Amino acid sequence: MSGNVILKVRDMMVSFSARRAGRKYRVQAVDGVSLSLAEGEVLGIVGESGCGKTTLGRTLVGLVQPDSGNINLKGTELIGAGGSGLREMRLSVRMVFQDPNASLNPRRAIGDSVAEAADISGIFKSRAERSAAIAATLTAVGLNPSFAARYPYELSGGQRQRVGIARAILPTPSIIVADEPVSALDVSVQAQVLNLMMDLRDQLRLSMLFISHDLGVIGQISSRVAVMYMGRIVEQAGTRTVLDHPLHPYTRALVAAIPKPDPSERIQGAIEMGEPPSLFTRPHGCAYAPRCPMASDRCLVDVPQLRSVGADGRTIACHNV
Amino acid sequence: MLTVCDLTVSVGPETSPVDIVAGVSFGLAKGEILGLVGESGCGKSMTSLAVMGLLPQPGPRVRAGRVLLEGCDVTQLQPWQRVEAGHGRMAMIFQEPMTSLNPVRRIGDQIAEAVRVHEGISGAAALVRARELLELVRMPDPKMQLSAYPHQLSGGQRQRVMIAIALACRPQVLVADEPTTALDVTIQVQILGLLRELCNRLDMAILFITHDMGVIAQLADRVAVMYAGRIVETASVGALFGAPRHHYTRGLMDCMPSRNSGARRLPTISGQPPLPGTVAAGCVFALRCAAVRDECRVAPPPRLEASQGHEVLCAFPLAGGGLP
Repeated sequence: MSGNVILKVRDMMVSFSARRAGRKYRVQAVDGVSLSLAEGEVLGIVGESGCGKTTLGRTLVGLVQPDSGNINLKGTELIGAGGSGLREMRLSVRMVFQDPNASLNPRRAIGDSVAEAADISGIFKSRAERSAAIAATLTAVGLNPSFAARYPYELSGGQRQRVGIARAILPTPSIIVADEPVSALDVSVQAQVLNLMMDLRDQLRLSMLFISHDLGVIGQISSRVAVMYMGRIVEQAGTRTVLDHPLHPYTRALVAAIPKPDPSERIQGAIEMGEPPSLFTRPHGCAYAPRCPMASDRCLVDVPQLRSVGADGRTIACHNV
Repeated sequence: MLTVCDLTVSVGPETSPVDIVAGVSFGLAKGEILGLVGESGCGKSMTSLAVMGLLPQPGPRVRAGRVLLEGCDVTQLQPWQRVEAGHGRMAMIFQEPMTSLNPVRRIGDQIAEAVRVHEGISGAAALVRARELLELVRMPDPKMQLSAYPHQLSGGQRQRVMIAIALACRPQVLVADEPTTALDVTIQVQILGLLRELCNRLDMAILFITHDMGVIAQLADRVAVMYAGRIVETASVGALFGAPRHHYTRGLMDCMPSRNSGARRLPTISGQPPLPGTVAAGCVFALRCAAVRDECRVAPPPRLEASQGHEVLCAFPLAGGGLP
């Protein structure tokens, strides 16, 4: 787990301007996130909708500009590096999106979509080399090479997501940012795609930032988990540590809310765990305090910082743990 | 309370119809929650729309079978005809509440509208009832929220409004089509708890449609598993999760990540569900079944009673020994 660290993110801040009821607001989507990713490691990012997990992923691939912070890839600083830095970032950090229907051009043959990034960077010397690379990539994701000449409408949802993965791994990146890559798939197809991603992780020594709201999926594929709430990481540790022994009250609520596929483990009675506050009216102090059963006076004024707690590299941002 | 017999929903020309729901039968008792589970395209939503009389027109139609509400056949009645005939005590909630709510009308007016239709009372009295309904669905600050617009509410609150509107007709049967799929798990657990509570308090039956086996295990009393337009297994929730008898049900459970924590690879069901109309003779699951035999490809499978109340549509069902 402690292998070579290839990606380091420090104090990343991302905000958007928004207008509501005639007033301008600044919405802080990512509020000071730091993380690191080792070679071949899968870091799961989990949280409710609106917690900033997607924005974090999009910033890492250069689709969103951060307000401040550093992204360091294998010793190279990517923020403010200009054209060459962006180019490097876009070839070595690649994204797999949630909805393959929305991310594939319906009028483009599958092979052309898969080779798009490589074409732009001009790495192919000949047409034959290009076709061979496309065929090899399609085979690697479990598709027949003849799919190169087909169009997205001819494919099923699971096959389209395989294409989405294929276009992320040609040319071979060091890091994949996967944003809810299996959420739109049926459970039987979801298992096939998860198996594929685990195979690729092992074969290509890929590191992944695996963003999902589904703790079951995260538990399957990632070795470490970071839990996000209102733009901040509130707990981070090894996957089993987080899922089996959550410490932060928010992580505990998330884990408790997973519908367990066992009728003998039913959640009894009415559960009240509140809803996330609006991003426009961010609470002072700890953002989770209004929903937190353990909140004390200090939580309402003082923002808890991440600190190390116990073993397994666990960090947690809570005053009361 | 509600009985569905041999319901068949078809698309395409009368001369060569394609059945997207093929001979579905189930019953729903008072105060019972029946979970209808299956993957996309299996016909579970079409079944629910046919039960409600809400199939889009023109489009799919009920070609055969009956839907009986307290013994009365309502299959061919439009929703308003059902209300006029006194069989209006069914309601439905959907996956995405924002598309079901009118964005430019206040929440209170939208609930009161449903109350007026069903109870024939005045506007002011209907608003009072609307507020009671919001309290019933545990909406925070119900008096204030009457004058809110849908965009001012969160996803979970909007789904509570949809449930309040559904409750306006004092339903005997509530059909819920993936009502928590678009919600975060922390909100989902609260809505599921609310539905369970309402079911007990109002003695209302719920037909709960979902693709999520975890949700089924948490909520349902009985489960019907659908595949390619057919119900392939029906059982009490305990029997189904304890010892599934159909190979498809077993496959669905095996490939859930949360049942496999720590496993190196997930078991999968190979292939894809068949497209409607492409199923030849024999069992619809034969193409993907790991335990397929020659007979399965020739003759349609029988519906066997594995044990009391546990039916399975398979010629060679799994033994009832339970999951390892």
